Amino acid sequence: MGETRKIAVTVNGKRYEEDVEVRVTLADFIRHQLGLTGTHLGCEHGVCGACTILFDGRSARSCLMLAVQANGHEILTVEGIAPGPDKLHPLQQAFHENHGLQCGFCTPGMLTTLIEFLRDNPDPTEQEVRIAISGNLCRCTGYQNIVISALDAAKRLKAEAGHQA
Amino acid sequence: MKPPPFSYHDPKTVAEVVGLLATLDNAKLLAGGQSLMPMLNFRYVQPDHIIDLNRVEGLAYIRETADGMEVGAMTRQRDLEFSDLVEKRFPLMHEAIGSIGHRQTRNRGTIGGSLCHLDPSAELVSCAMTLDATVVVAGPNGRREIEFADFPVAYLTSAVEPNELLTAIRFPAWPAKHGYAFVEFARRHGDFAIVSAAVLLEVDGAGKITRAAVTLGGMGTGPVRASELEKTLIGRAPSGDFLRQACESCRTLEALDDVHAPASYRQHLATVMSRRALEKAYARATGKA
Amino acid sequence: MNGGTFGKNVERLEDRDLLTGNGRFVDDIRFAGTRHAAFVRSPHAHALIRGIDAAAARAQPGVDAVYTFADLRPHLTTGRLVVALPTPAFRQNVDRPVLASREVVHVGEPVAVVIAASRHAAEDAAALVAVDYDALPAVVDAEAALAPGSPTVHHGGPHNLVAAFDLGFGDVAAAFAGAAHVFGEKFRIDRGGSHSIECRGVIASYDANEDRLTVYSSTQTPHACMRMLADLLGRDENQVRVAAPDVGGGFGPKLVFYQEEAVVALAALLLRRPVKWIEDRREHFISTTQERDQVWDAEIAVDAQGRIRGFRGTLIHEHGAYTARGVNVPYGSAAALTLGYEVPAFRLDIKLALTNKVPVTPVRGAGQPQGVFAIERMLDRAAHGLGIDRAELRRRNLVPADKMPYRTQLKTRGGMQVVLDSGDFPACQRMAIERAGWSEFKARQAAALRDGRYIGIGIANYVEGTGRGPFEPVTVRIAPSGKIHVYCGAAAMGQSTKTMLAQIVADELGGDMGALTVTTGDSAATALGLGGFNSRQAVLAGSSAHAAAVKVRDKALAVAGHMLECAAPDLEIAGREIRVKGAPNLKVGFAEIARATMGTPGYYLPGGVDAGMEASESVVINDMTYANGCAVAEVEVDIETGAVHISNFVFVHDCGRAIHPMIVEGQVIGAVAHAVGNTLFEKMQFGADGQPLTTSLADYLLIAATEMPTVDVLHHEAPTPLNPLGIKGVGEAGTLPTAAALVSAIEDALSPFGVRINHVPIAPAEIVAKIAAGRRQA
Repeated sequence: MGETRKIAVTVNGKRYEEDVEVRVTLADFIRHQLGLTGTHLGCEHGVCGACTILFDGRSARSCLMLAVQANGHEILTVEGIAPGPDKLHPLQQAFHENHGLQCGFCTPGMLTTLIEFLRDNPDPTEQEVRIAISGNLCRCTGYQNIVISALDAAKRLKAEAGHQA
Repeated sequence: MKPPPFSYHDPKTVAEVVGLLATLDNAKLLAGGQSLMPMLNFRYVQPDHIIDLNRVEGLAYIRETADGMEVGAMTRQRDLEFSDLVEKRFPLMHEAIGSIGHRQTRNRGTIGGSLCHLDPSAELVSCAMTLDATVVVAGPNGRREIEFADFPVAYLTSAVEPNELLTAIRFPAWPAKHGYAFVEFARRHGDFAIVSAAVLLEVDGAGKITRAAVTLGGMGTGPVRASELEKTLIGRAPSGDFLRQACESCRTLEALDDVHAPASYRQHLATVMSRRALEKAYARATGKA
Repeated sequence: MNGGTFGKNVERLEDRDLLTGNGRFVDDIRFAGTRHAAFVRSPHAHALIRGIDAAAARAQPGVDAVYTFADLRPHLTTGRLVVALPTPAFRQNVDRPVLASREVVHVGEPVAVVIAASRHAAEDAAALVAVDYDALPAVVDAEAALAPGSPTVHHGGPHNLVAAFDLGFGDVAAAFAGAAHVFGEKFRIDRGGSHSIECRGVIASYDANEDRLTVYSSTQTPHACMRMLADLLGRDENQVRVAAPDVGGGFGPKLVFYQEEAVVALAALLLRRPVKWIEDRREHFISTTQERDQVWDAEIAVDAQGRIRGFRGTLIHEHGAYTARGVNVPYGSAAALTLGYEVPAFRLDIKLALTNKVPVTPVRGAGQPQGVFAIERMLDRAAHGLGIDRAELRRRNLVPADKMPYRTQLKTRGGMQVVLDSGDFPACQRMAIERAGWSEFKARQAAALRDGRYIGIGIANYVEGTGRGPFEPVTVRIAPSGKIHVYCGAAAMGQSTKTMLAQIVADELGGDMGALTVTTGDSAATALGLGGFNSRQAVLAGSSAHAAAVKVRDKALAVAGHMLECAAPDLEIAGREIRVKGAPNLKVGFAEIARATMGTPGYYLPGGVDAGMEASESVVINDMTYANGCAVAEVEVDIETGAVHISNFVFVHDCGRAIHPMIVEGQVIGAVAHAVGNTLFEKMQFGADGQPLTTSLADYLLIAATEMPTVDVLHHEAPTPLNPLGIKGVGEAGTLPTAAALVSAIEDALSPFGVRINHVPIAPAEIVAKIAAGRRQA
């Protein structure tokens, strides 16, 4: 093992204290050291977006961050999106009902990207959705049903917010 | 594609950074990571030391100044994107930022990192060139300033010395109601521009251009001010075929071949992008946009 | 049958885990004590290996071993991977060595492997493996490779012609001699890589207690992989288990058996520790198979009304440095070419050329898109030459519905006669052109031109052979738990295989999708299996699943009838129960009837059935079933930048009965995306020395959501008589007509400049150059 640091990071609301080798990326740390394998690696050079997580609430490519940089910060991964063990978030439900995933490998990155996007843009147009996911590559769906899922999710989230208002 | 081994440093002050740069050999500064991390993962660079700037205090800010604004080097691109000050007084930058990569890259990428990396098609580099920005640098002998025209030295190489840290950039603002446009051609949304054109115009009451700044990005080894074109515009009120003919001078700008485009195409695009940007900027300056 | 699941958009079984981050892809699989592999790969396109010095690498901390061919060969029954599909066409055997030892023939060829405590450490050590290379000339172009005097791709090889064959029927010479018009053109079609978002990967673990090697591989063909490993390692088939976990896309290249699978499996045996190798994206560019150049020289002969008299030509197909599958890609091109139309005479002479690049094997479409491209472009030429509307010319030539089943004069690679079993090609074209507004387009185009805008419309038809046989085994079992277990040799890679099988089985057995667990892609779960490729699994596995489910249904009713003392016709299956029609309280559950057939020692089995509430079927279907469709594309070209915007895309397809309409549509749209990429964006570029120049996703452009048009999918349904479900394959359909339709549209948009496009993919720079050339000629 090379040079290491102690870090404390909160992932999906849970605090972890770990020794980490300084050259390990945040993606590899989340996947292999924390065992949260939902975040995927597709390219390791910041193009495919499969590794997208939320870092202090903002989407970021975890393959382009070092784990040590996460010390003291909060991370949301795909495993933290569902509100409970047997429930799905409206975004996940929308993907499920609109066939927004096929092989599922790009899906975690799509979901975290859209969580941020729909939070900041609750009423998007189709073109805005396409731009929002333009940094997430998919080779299965041709994106059409992902876009439909995102627009459907926006409706569901607005309805939910309406009920809570 | 895992990074090679290195020693990691996370200084808290500019002085610490300068101190580390003075003592460490083969060190690289880590800002937003959007350019450095891919190179590390590919092992295109193999530094012995990484100096992480993300915990250095006082380097992320956007401040209005007497003649414009000052931006700290570690300011995230997304903060520039959502800044009211930038949108109001530096609309060129506001328009350009939407073309920088994707949301994920702008959340982490910094203005200082983009400027120092000096990719020939980097949007913020073109903006800084067009706005005649001044770069502030900290080194072992204190601070110094570099005018942006002197900032690019060679391909991917800025005037910042290996023992120096870029700390801030000052942007003089153009008068209210100035004309502006940032236009680029990229293969896919968010890709590096094949060619980009950044334009600022001042136009008088008679519709004549009194001041012009035009930067072409993506052409050669660095962004280039189209000074010949700028001169041609002064005193003119563009109409008819004037801009098309004036922009032909961009065809002779130096350009490179790469996997994305041959040089001749870049030169052709330069004439198109500069004309489109000028048309847009002029329409905005004369209230027709 | 009345379970109500067939033909419906039921919920996908795969989704919940994948949506919550609980998928299990190969890199998610962990064994205690796993070691990690990194491969040392050739930096040269062609070189001799003088020596390999691994001493420094072996001495690195954390390194378990460094293996070269010399280290591994004593433990292998053979040093090369012999995988070619049988054909007399081969002129040379160029099988891949497990690791290169004397020579490397493409950048990326594996030369040695480092096994270490982490991937990081393995890469550190791999950089220290010193290979002494003598660079040799590299062959980088298929045409040049076949020219006399070309350097050979393999040192000491006779030449670069690896295979040659021709396909044809009818009297081509007479057809051309007597034709009213002949049009000829040369094309170059450079297809690209699959670039599934998940790269390849394999983890192998040897269990000494069971003397069994377990291998998880991101593969489309687990049984073939198991057999190769068993053969290579000299183990019996029941001593090797290969299972495909969740696979993040396959699209063809993952059907190939690779050196890395053999090496990692052997390393696990030698080290007696689990070994994992996960391909990174750079490796994917230089070691995973792909498709590349085809050079066509084609001619079409037509009569005065534009009816095809004959088609002939030559095809040079780039094979790469080794044989990793066979001649099936160019064969598929040739076989697909004539299918949609009545073509009385046809001949295509095909040569496969070696080059110093990664081997070529099928990527989604498997050569068929290129054959469709060739004929569709020639039909446009003929239409233009004769002044006949492009859609009308095609209508005159499409095989009419009343001629189905239509016996062509072609044979498949296995020797089966190609018979188009069903389909209404003219109806599909009619649907497409009506939907796309074909007849109104000329007026819109003229109006746009007056505004200085260049819009165009294009069309292409396709017929696709799907359902490659001969079978795919399925076992359906009602377990004593009351759940229905389905085991299938098929391999899933995102195309909803588990849901598809569950729907078919549930439709016969109660309609409760939640009762089913489906296991696919595991060589221990079914003795035989072929896997996923050629759009075959719905047809073959679906047919077996249906047959097995029907048998289990009959058994279940017989046993239930015995227990409830009534006849089978008086019973119905609903959910997990079998009950008397009209008297729902008289019922037995699945669990009960399953247990009843487990056997009680000394007692009769109930209902006269044989043991076990299960059935295994491997329905053999040798004839392929032919799907078809029509694509109409509308584009706008920015003539100053050469950018192409796809403003409308209509895709009519017929895959027989749709098992799950949303999934079917998703397959069509996903495939169209690959083809849009292959037409306008994706290009593997190489230097003159054979160095790949595009080795990252920043250089090799996969389209994102912003480049993908909305696809307007329309269905036509001509069920096939070749299987009881009436289904045809659909996974690749979207790739077949798309490039042709797009190029047809771009040429139409740029017709004021007389632009002709005969090389795809085409980039904006090339479009601008063609417009400039067209202007100069005007």
